[in-house]
Amino acid sequence: MSETHAQTVTFVRETMLPPVAPPLGERGAVKWLRANLFSTPLNIALTVIGLLAVYWLISSSLPWWLNSVWNASSLGECRQIVAANAGEGATGACWAMIRERWHQFLFGFYPPSQWWRPILAFGLLFGALAPVLFSGQKRNLTIVLGAVLVFLLVTLTLAGTPGFPFALAIALVVGMLALAQVQPGKLLWFTLIYPALCFWLLWGGSVWAPIVAMAGFGILYAVFRLASPLIGLAPAAGAGIVVAVLWWLYADKAAVGVLHGILPLALQSINSDQFGGFLLAIVIGVTGIAFSLPIGILLALGRQSDMLIVKTLSVGFIEFIRGVPLITLLFTASLLLQYFLPPGTNFDIILRVIILVTFFAAAYLAEVIRGGLAALPRGQYEAADALGLDYWRAQRLIILPQALKISIPAIVSTFIGLFKDTTLVAFVGLMDPLKGVTQIVRADINWKGIYWEPYIFVGVIFFVICFGMSRYSMYLERKLKTDHR
Amino acid sequence: MAEAAKMQVSDEVAIQITGMNKWYGQFHVLRDINMTVQRGERIVICGPSGSGKSTLIRCINRLEEHQQGQIIVDGTELTNDLKNIDKVRSEVGMVFQHFNLFPHLTILENLTLAPIWVRKVPKKEAEETAMYFLSKVKIPEQAHKYPGQLSGGQQQRVAIARSLCMKPRIMLFDEPTSALDPEMIKEVLDTMIELAKEGMTMLCVTHEMGFAQAVANRVIFMDQGQIVEQNEPKEFFNNPKSDRTKLFLSQILGH
Repeated sequence: MSETHAQTVTFVRETMLPPVAPPLGERGAVKWLRANLFSTPLNIALTVIGLLAVYWLISSSLPWWLNSVWNASSLGECRQIVAANAGEGATGACWAMIRERWHQFLFGFYPPSQWWRPILAFGLLFGALAPVLFSGQKRNLTIVLGAVLVFLLVTLTLAGTPGFPFALAIALVVGMLALAQVQPGKLLWFTLIYPALCFWLLWGGSVWAPIVAMAGFGILYAVFRLASPLIGLAPAAGAGIVVAVLWWLYADKAAVGVLHGILPLALQSINSDQFGGFLLAIVIGVTGIAFSLPIGILLALGRQSDMLIVKTLSVGFIEFIRGVPLITLLFTASLLLQYFLPPGTNFDIILRVIILVTFFAAAYLAEVIRGGLAALPRGQYEAADALGLDYWRAQRLIILPQALKISIPAIVSTFIGLFKDTTLVAFVGLMDPLKGVTQIVRADINWKGIYWEPYIFVGVIFFVICFGMSRYSMYLERKLKTDHR
Repeated sequence: MAEAAKMQVSDEVAIQITGMNKWYGQFHVLRDINMTVQRGERIVICGPSGSGKSTLIRCINRLEEHQQGQIIVDGTELTNDLKNIDKVRSEVGMVFQHFNLFPHLTILENLTLAPIWVRKVPKKEAEETAMYFLSKVKIPEQAHKYPGQLSGGQQQRVAIARSLCMKPRIMLFDEPTSALDPEMIKEVLDTMIELAKEGMTMLCVTHEMGFAQAVANRVIFMDQGQIVEQNEPKEFFNNPKSDRTKLFLSQILGH
């Protein structure tokens, strides 16, 4: 007993074993197939059924895609061409409709001579977004701005842009590209003025209207800065808002009139009912996204506040807006809101819709962000307090960066939802790309009966935009991952 | 012990607590606390769990509100006045059981955040101070890592350095070694002992009796929200007066 035991315990290796490749069935494609597709009889059956389903889908829809027609002037002509090429009874997509009507899907009834304005606004949108999305990253900023420059050069030329604005726009983007090389942080100033610039480009009118409206924010800030040492932060913010609202209500029109008299710079005015298609969806979606996030953050903080009135108002707002279907709010925007405003005010329908869509998304975001706030350990709040940080600094530097990071997937889901919900504006008579424009196209005698093509076209564009947002959120999550769990 | 005796205690009062009571709802957590801490004192507070020792030191920088009595820290009374609270908090450093470092910031950013935003120190100067204290807790090479990449002991030393960067006059320690593996406790205690030798006023909730004997000049024993006994460490450990203290000491020193 003791001898054998001794033998098994004492052991000295004399030759070291070289590493050997794993057996054939355990590596490469064979292993992958075995592990993922054919691991058990049930999985084998499911794999076969899945492959059959894919085959059936492709075999039945492929001819339709392959027989696509791009050159025709009506659905009837499309069908003739398909029949001539692929034989009687064959099906084929009629993309000729897109070829003829693409501009309505993109711009609605925006006058063709002015198409360069939404195109320029769209290009500059990325110039304004880039400093926020890739703050201070020279390489990414350069790529985005370079792409914007190429996009604008091509599309503005195609849209027949007048020489002066064309030169100005290109000079602006080139200037931003140069600035991105030297001081990428300064580009945020463009982001700040972009809303006014975009508004002016899209709706036209006197250049002074957006400038005077933006001055309201300047006044708000000035009042806040001057008053905060005297009466404290919150009352100063309140006073600033009151003065700014007074400015917008009473001084705005007069100031625009005077300034326009001195220097009449204006673009052709475009009415809101001429907007349509993706121009409309993107205007509502982007504005809604940009404004709903800060409002949502404030609501989430308000809901957690110790101050009874702030808390009650936040909870009331969130619960009311979330408890009502978006369509109800849109009808409110289109019909009821007019009753509450002073008679004679002409409050633009798109603006009204944007406000309610923003509120709707903000209420959802508030709850999403509250989830992020709740997920933070109490220790983080205590550590911030113990270091002597006041409430707003603690929120801005410690709490919100972490809470927002936790909520990124849900926030982006809400944004994607908001963007897709912009199609609901069809119910208040605006021409969204899905229902509004498609209906107009199908009302045309030439394209009556066309069914799949417009929806596929619109769907693909929506998918590309939403998929882009989702990818960006994944990039952001990876970039902000510092917990090393 | 000899070392502890060498450390100076001045007559200046750092913390004065008189007739302080605190309730959580109906539950009376702290009962009639009276206590004076001189500048330079190193006090260890011990007691069974639930005895209110953590709550007591959390009241000193107003992480908990007291409902009755008076707490004066560095000449400032703690009331609902936010200005006073922020003033006290920037003078009093606190180290937590679970470190509470900010996981989204690097070690250096963790250390410079409060000096830059509360003390308005220029960034460069704050970074120099931060590096000084990081070298003092012996981990300057970790400055650009994130808290999640450090061991528990290293994180706690960073947390101590973070408090020190605010140049506090008083340090509070809330069970700083309870969440650490045994082999990491020593590195944290060493840092704290060094701090004590430099004359920092310290209040430390801990069960490390070795630490208490090495640096404390007073040990406070709490039970059921009250101060049951306080004495010099030598007397406290060798000759406890109250039965409750005897029982507690026999339980933690018994094996």
